[in-house]
Amino acid sequence: MSINILLSIIVTSLATYISRFLGVLSSVRIKETSKIFRWFNCLAYATLAALIARTIIFPVGALSDASYLSRILVVLLSLGIFFVTKKNFVYPTVFSAVAMSLINNYF
Amino acid sequence: MIKKELFFKGFKSILKPDSPAIALGCCFIAIGALLKNIGFNIQESIFSTMLIYALPGSLVMAESILVGASLLSIFIAVWFVNARLYPMAVSLFPLMMDEKQPKWKYYLSCHFIAVSAWLIMKSNYETIEKKDRVDFWIGIGSATWSVAVVSTILGFYLSDYLNKDMLMGLAILNPIYFTCMLVGAMKTIQVSLSVILGGILGPFFYFFSPEWSILLGGLIAGSISYLIGEKNVN
Repeated sequence: MSINILLSIIVTSLATYISRFLGVLSSVRIKETSKIFRWFNCLAYATLAALIARTIIFPVGALSDASYLSRILVVLLSLGIFFVTKKNFVYPTVFSAVAMSLINNYF
Repeated sequence: MIKKELFFKGFKSILKPDSPAIALGCCFIAIGALLKNIGFNIQESIFSTMLIYALPGSLVMAESILVGASLLSIFIAVWFVNARLYPMAVSLFPLMMDEKQPKWKYYLSCHFIAVSAWLIMKSNYETIEKKDRVDFWIGIGSATWSVAVVSTILGFYLSDYLNKDMLMGLAILNPIYFTCMLVGAMKTIQVSLSVILGGILGPFFYFFSPEWSILLGGLIAGSISYLIGEKNVN
């Protein structure tokens, strides 16, 4: 293994573990019925939504080559399928991958 | 030690038809392919998924290596992008804290905190007694973590056969899955508002600061939703 890649992996994993570990340390003194717990619950859901929206609107990696319109179209159609199938998670997910590949292949 | 039946109950939860295993697997197939393309060997790819096990962190690391960033800047960038794991831990671990359980279980199993395992635990914890929840959680975490590692290996070896359109399909799968999961979790005012406002403010703040956008968007959207929700309940 090259030293640089190995060091990058270790540094990345430490930077990731810190937030998880500090979260557990803080959890010891927080009750699940407390206000601070409810606040953190909101923060967690909002941060996840922010991350996912950003991934779709300002993507990095493979998705950045797909057009803005195709990404929005796939999201809207997938959400439509999600509601039509009574909130099934698998159909919209599988659909999105196929639709994305096809749209970018043919348009 | 760990109660086996609870562990396996958690482990098996990824076999349910609506489990995130497929979406999670596809993402890590994409990561495996990406790591190979930027010059990782198979050992390094496996090692990185095992130790990091957080998708945005791996992406940031890959980008940073490509542009030749320093270790310090990798550390700070990854810390920022994965800081969401802190509120995720604080909104999950109080649900499974039990004085009789040894502390090491919590310190080790916090490594499993990631969107997929977190969402499974959030929607299932009420069915498990509080004292047993950490064992159940370790089961879920081990399962999602194994899926991630196996998929990275698959992605690494499949990368020669995947074209650009297929990688694009794999890349959209994960955000779509999590969007559906978040929309499905919108059952209270607080959670619904958090998801909607977070989805708007995250990209909005990107125009001002790409690095801070997720944390700022999450903090502001979450706090507003919390305050509105508390007011409505009272």
